[in-house]
Formats: sequence, C-alpha cells, structure tokens
Amino acid sequence: MNAIVVDHLSKSFGKGAERRDALKGISLQLAAGSMTAIIGPDGAGKTTLLRLLAGILTPLAGDIRVLDHAIPQEALALQNQIGYMPQRFGLYEDLTVEENLDLFASLHSIPGTMREDRFDELLTMTALGPFRKRLAGKLSGGMKQKLGLACTLIHSPQLLLLDEASVGVDPISRRELWSIIQQQVASRNVTVLLSTAYMNEAERCDHVVLLQEGEILAQGNPAQLAAPLQGHAFVLGDISTAPRSLQASVSQLPDVIDTVIQGDGLRIVMDKPEPPVLPEKLAGYGTPKPVPTRLEDAFVSLLFHRVGRHSITHRLPRDTPGDDAPVVVVKDLYRYFGQFAAAKNVSFSVHKGEIFGLLGANGAGKSTTFRMLCGLLPSSSGTLRVAGVDLRTATAEARAHIGYVSQKFALYGPLSVQQNLSFFASAYGLEGRRRNDRIAWALDEMELKQYSGMNAGSLPLGYKQRLALACALMHEPEILFLDEPTSGVDPLARREFWARVNALAGDGTTCLVTTHFMEEAEYCDHLVLMSLGEILAQGTPTEIKARVRRPELPNPSMEDAFISLIEEHEEVSRRAS
Amino acid sequence: MRSRIRRVLALTIKELLALLRDPASRAVLIGPPLIQLLVFGYAATFELKHVPFVVYNQDQGQLSREFIARFAGSPTFDLLHVVHDQHALEQAIDDKSVLMAMDIGPTFTSDMERGKPTHVQLILDGRDSNTAGLATGYAQSIVTTFNEAQIAASGASPPSTVLIDRAWFNPNLDSKWFIVPGICGILMLLVSLLTTGLSVAREREMGTFDQLLVTPINPTEILLGKAIPGFLVGILEGSFIVLATIFWFHVPFTGSLLGLYLGFLCFLLATVGIGLMISSLAVTQQQGLLGVFLFMVPAIVLSGFSTPIANMPKIVQDITLVDPLRYFLIILRGSFLEGGSAAMFWPQYWPLIVIGAISMVVASKLFRSRLG
Repeated sequence: MNAIVVDHLSKSFGKGAERRDALKGISLQLAAGSMTAIIGPDGAGKTTLLRLLAGILTPLAGDIRVLDHAIPQEALALQNQIGYMPQRFGLYEDLTVEENLDLFASLHSIPGTMREDRFDELLTMTALGPFRKRLAGKLSGGMKQKLGLACTLIHSPQLLLLDEASVGVDPISRRELWSIIQQQVASRNVTVLLSTAYMNEAERCDHVVLLQEGEILAQGNPAQLAAPLQGHAFVLGDISTAPRSLQASVSQLPDVIDTVIQGDGLRIVMDKPEPPVLPEKLAGYGTPKPVPTRLEDAFVSLLFHRVGRHSITHRLPRDTPGDDAPVVVVKDLYRYFGQFAAAKNVSFSVHKGEIFGLLGANGAGKSTTFRMLCGLLPSSSGTLRVAGVDLRTATAEARAHIGYVSQKFALYGPLSVQQNLSFFASAYGLEGRRRNDRIAWALDEMELKQYSGMNAGSLPLGYKQRLALACALMHEPEILFLDEPTSGVDPLARREFWARVNALAGDGTTCLVTTHFMEEAEYCDHLVLMSLGEILAQGTPTEIKARVRRPELPNPSMEDAFISLIEEHEEVSRRAS
Repeated sequence: MRSRIRRVLALTIKELLALLRDPASRAVLIGPPLIQLLVFGYAATFELKHVPFVVYNQDQGQLSREFIARFAGSPTFDLLHVVHDQHALEQAIDDKSVLMAMDIGPTFTSDMERGKPTHVQLILDGRDSNTAGLATGYAQSIVTTFNEAQIAASGASPPSTVLIDRAWFNPNLDSKWFIVPGICGILMLLVSLLTTGLSVAREREMGTFDQLLVTPINPTEILLGKAIPGFLVGILEGSFIVLATIFWFHVPFTGSLLGLYLGFLCFLLATVGIGLMISSLAVTQQQGLLGVFLFMVPAIVLSGFSTPIANMPKIVQDITLVDPLRYFLIILRGSFLEGGSAAMFWPQYWPLIVIGAISMVVASKLFRSRLG
C-alpha cells in the first residue's frame, strides 16, 4: 500500500513578473513503512513539497493523497496521523522540556492518563530524561532538535515529515536523531519522508528523490541511483604532501566531474568508466585505483550534467605553508559565564596560510572560542594574539587584519548586492581606486555581477554565502574566520565554497573554520576537537583519525573519530564528577 | 579623522537605504504619521458641537419656548425631543441618549414677565465630566445672552459691568490651532524613537551586528551612524507635518523658521539620545518597541499636549521637567501662534540640549558596557 501518492503536483509563489515555480508537476509514490529522503540544492522545492504534504499549503495543480485522504481537503482528519517537523521547530523556549511536551500533548488532545507513559517513553528515547525541568531555551542545539522530534512524535503519527531535522546538529546528536527515527519505522511501521543535506543520511533510506528546480531529476533506491556510475570512481594514492594543489590540478583534467580529499587520498569521479589520465608531473602519486561509487557521486554527476561545471579555480592554490611565526596564538584561554566554564585551558596556534578547523559537538565551546578570537567576546583569562596583536589590549587594531563570515551570512537584506559591498568596503576604510578595484573584484571573482542590483535578502542561499565571503574579504584580511559557513548549503555549492577557501589559503590567507560536516574537516590542514569546553585532540586529520584506529576499525572516517573521541571524553568527565 | 567621517557616512547611508528600501520600514515611516495627522487633526477637538439634549417644559408661556429655541438653534446643542414627565427626562440621561436635560418650571414665563428671578434646572451627564463641564459653559453663555435680550426688550437699564472677552493668538479659539502643531511634536517623537530605538536590536537579530563589530568601526561611530539617520528622518517628517499644518489645516505660521528648526535640532538631540539608550538596552526588536512605548505614552501625557501642566500636582509638574516634548510643544505652539523667535525660545532650547547630552552620554556608556 502507498502511504503517499502525488500526481502532477505544481506550486508557484508570487504573481506576475515575480512569479516563481517551486514545483513543476512532480509525481511520487511512497510505500507505507518506508523511509524516503529528498535531496537537492537550495530552492529545489524540498520544503514546499513537505509543506504541501502536511496540508499547510494549497497546490496550484495536481493531486495529493496521504494515508488514503485527499490533501489539503481532508487535512483536518489527518492531523492526528501526520507528524510534521519544520526546519525551525517551534519550541517554546520559556517552557521546560516537560511543559513543552505537555503543551503539544494538549494540542493533540492526548488524555492525561496516557501522557505520563508516553512522556517517559519519549524522554528515554531522546535521553532528555535528566533535563525534564530545564527550559527549552537553555538546551543545546542538538537537544532542542531531539525535543522537537519528541514533540512531533507525541501523538504517535503514522507519517513523519521531517524538514532538514539534522541541519546544524553535531554528528553525535545527528546519530541519536537517526536512531530515534529508525526505531519508529522498525517498531511502528511509520512512513518517513525527510529532506536532508547529508548524503550519508540519504544513503540509509529506502528511496531517494533528487529534486532540482522543482523537478524530479532522479528517484530510486540509493544503490540503483549510484549504479550507472559504477566504475567511475577512483582514489589517487597518498597526496598528503600537496593535497590542495593536487586536487586543483586533477579537477581541471578532462572528464573529471568531482574531486574530494579523503584522508591521504584524493577521490575522483569521472564522466566515463575510465581512470583519469594523469599528466607527467603527477606521475609520482601512483595510479588511481577504482573504488565503489556512492550516492553523492550520482548526485554530483546528475547536477554536473544539468548545470555544468563550476568554474572556480582561476589559479592553482599553493600548498603547505612554511614554518613562519604563527599568526594566531591562543594560550591557556578561559572563559566563564557565571560559574560555567565555556572554555577552559584552550591552547593552540595557527600558521600563515593554514586552513584550521575547530570541531566539536553543539555546546562544546567552539563558538565561544571563535567569538573570542574575532574579538566579539572578551576572554576571562589567557593569551590571545591575532596577527601579532594582543586581542586583550588592541581589539580595534586586530580587526583590520581579520574577516568574518558568520553562520547566518549576516548581510543587510534590504540593501542590494552592490550596496552591501560598498558599505563593507567603506566600513573597512577602503577608498578611491582600491575601493573600486575591490568591489569589482568581488563582483567578478564571486560571480555576483548578474545579481548586483538584487536585494541581498532575496538571493539564493549559495549566493548569499558568496556575498558574505566577498564582504569579509573586502580588505584582503590576513585571517579569515568562517563560522559554519556551509550550514544548509547543498553539496555542489559546498564544493565550490571550499575551492574558493583553498585558493585563498593558497594565497596565504589563514582560514579558521568551524563545521559540522565531517568530510569538510578533511580539507583542513590542522584540526582542534573540542568537548565540554576543552580541547581533547589536535593535529592533522590523519593524526586524529589514527588515534581511533583499531583492529575492528582499520580505516576510520572522520565521523568515527569525532564520535568515539568525544564519547570517550564525556565518559571520562562524567566518571570524574 | 577623515576615515572616521567616511565610516560614519557609510553607516548613515546604509541605515537610510535599509529604512527606505525595506517596504515594511518605509510603511512605518509614512503610514502611521499620515494616519495620525488626519486622526488628530480632525478627530481630536475640544470644541463641542451637536450635543443632544431633552426638555421637560412645564411652562405654557411664550418666553420658555423662546428660551428653548436659543439652545436648539445654537450649533452647540441639538434638541433631541421634548419629554412630558420627570421620569422620561431621567431615563434619557440614564441611557445616554442625551448629555443634557433641561427642566423648566411651570412659572417660568409668569415669573419673567413680573420681573422676578426664575430657575431653570440643567441636568448633565457627569460620567463624562469633561464634556459636561464644557457644555455648562456654553449653556451659561446662552443664558447670559437670553437675559440681556430680555432686559433690553423690557427697557430696563442694562447691567453696569459687562464682560467683553477677546482671545489673543487664536481669536476664534479654534482648537485645531492648538492641537495640530502639537501633533508635529508627537509624530517627530514617534518617528525618531522608532528609527533609533529598534535599529541596533534589528541588527542583533539579523546577525549583522557581529559583522559590524569585527570591522574597524568603533562603538562611537556605530552610535553616530544610528543617530544621524534619526535626525534626518525626524527633520524631514517634521517639515512635512509643518507644511501640512500650514497648508492643509490652515493654521497660521507667525514665528521664525530659524527658531523652529533650532527647536527641531534640540528636540531631536534629546529624542535620538533616548532612542539610542533604548537601543543599547534592548536585545530584541520586541523589547525595543516596548521600550519606545514605555517612554512615549507618559512623555505625551506629561507634555501638556492635551491637559495643562499647570493643573498637575506639584510632584508631577516636577517630573515633566525631564520630558523633552514639554519644551518642544512650547516651541511649536510659540512658532505657530505667538510669532516666537529663536531668542524667545532659549529657555526651551537649553533643557533639551541638557537632556540630549545626558542621554547621549548614557547611551554610549551603556552601549560600550553591553559590548563588554
């Protein structure tokens, strides 16, 4: 039986010249008790589809049947069988965990006698039991997301619609969210439809729908989708001596669709089932060995043929920086909020031209550390030197040397792209010729010319990110701070973004970055892994992965390393207290 | 210094663009002031017109009918109907169908003809004390003219002392002349508080505030960049309302423009300073809005806009001394009605400058301490 049947569904927003088609006649059938992932770039129509299925939007044309009811006509009758979790779940931050659950239970008219058992079950499942009396606003990002899911599940729905439930959540909480969802499918035969930016999540589903500009580009089970690319993927030997320049050179070779640095190797996806022909100068890195394909390859390949190659690297980035004096020095850094130590005894240094990654679970103290480095938050004690300037005494001077891209791509929404650039150019004190040159550079380099008159607020997310990067680079800073710069951005835009960052690092700009994407951690020269306000591991990605290598886990991924190191640390600190 | 000015200029331009390009904030700048101008200009008036009343006339004579005709014929009162017993008269007041009831005794005409003093009972609805008081005044003056006419007709000598009143500055005592210039002050207060009081909170919510703080722009420059747009918008808005007051509501402008615009500057210094104080305390726009209204409502009540400050208890009168609108209303009304000049307004300018200076300093202190 099909839980969801969608037939030639269309939806558009706006009128006249402003009209934008979000969905262009898509058809879908999802079996009851199956898990389906919708993937696709920003603005592909993922959220619109989920909202239509939840009965929140009215379709322009086409039919929707959910659990044998016509939507949106019979949406009311279905309310108690659908659990819809929007991207930003509406928790009441001034209510406690328990009060939130109580509220949602009342909204679904669950009788008081049943509540206690249901709450216990959900709180055990989400491991939120110890936080019953805590205000929802005081929970970490991962915990909020789990509570949101618990509230969505409160009425035991038969269909779960999850809109990017795991965005901005660290790998550990993400894994917990997934086990809750899978448990629902296994034990209660719930049908799940979710949108996600993580390919490894989509890979775990029964069915994957690739959406692009309101059309279904492909659908099927993950293995089916990856099948046509069998024999297209290769790994090139140990490239750790010059990863970035090598990646850039290989990506310019004919028929290469995609290149990703993975550990010490370079993963290459070809347009044909043949290995790339390496030029003479790359001969020293051995021959590319075939590897199994995965869903992401299919995704990138389909989009590649659809939108064409992204043309990022105009010049080849240089590699590993020399051993100059460090540009960022952090020593014995502490930050207290009242009694709570958000950062304790943090020490590390960053060298010129390095890409330096700061990883950690939600609430591990990486944002606090990051904000102190940018001069947005004073430290409680310790040494903080950025570009040779002591941040405790000369914050203003240090600022001229740094650029900052915040998580939300903070731009002035009502101002046009051009006006945003002009403003930040002036803010950084650029004038005359240099100012004009830099604005022209930004429009050109970030390919923003066609959007220059558009309001920053209405740009597609990928372009917002470019504009934010351009604004932060106006004054050609020595150090660039990137706070979760790829959160919510699709894989292609993410690759493009990293290619830019690589090029910048190659030119000698030091980049400090926080991220939740573990594969992105592989792009970093040096990593710091934080948990509970402390640094628990630092080194190159290879070194960090080596720390968790065991006979039963001979080739750990960055995600494996992250999860096992943090769990180990949390275990130790729990025992200590 | 030059780079400082450039940065402040860039901030100002950015702020103005953000205000004018965003349809929502554009609407806030144009819509409410226009609506309020019309609402206040037409609806808020102290004059009484068409007050409904009933009469219980127990007298059969000619004079009582003449007496009633004087009321019914005046623009102030409208005779709703004539009742025939005491109960109906009470009922009309009770159910609020009339504001005033007139009870004329059976001997009205005969007493008058015999030259004997007579009484007319006037019952007013005290639930609306303000209007009742005004109506009494109007009624009193109608009775006075009626008496004079009677005396003249009977050939008796007129009373020896006659009061002849003349209102200076506003000869017809048109309340529009009093209210509309005041609205200019209220609207300038509203607009300058809204533009400055919410702007920092808006940036905090959008995340652009952090982005500003990592640039070489320092807190003072940010404050200046927020203050200048407040001034510009306030002056534009004020000028618009002044023009509307003169050409739409036909209130004469008798004072000097210099005096008025110096008043604008001093007043905006104070309100922008207070707006920035709210701004540096508010974390969200909602808090900012709450702060703006927490300040605005008492500021209007204590300004003397509708009720004279002289009538307030002493302690409240003292509190009005810190209300910038109090001083600005004097400047506005002075400029329109009294022919006021810059020299005449000095007693108003300096308190505004003091309030402005103090609030600016406090705002910048608060702002810096918030930034840690």
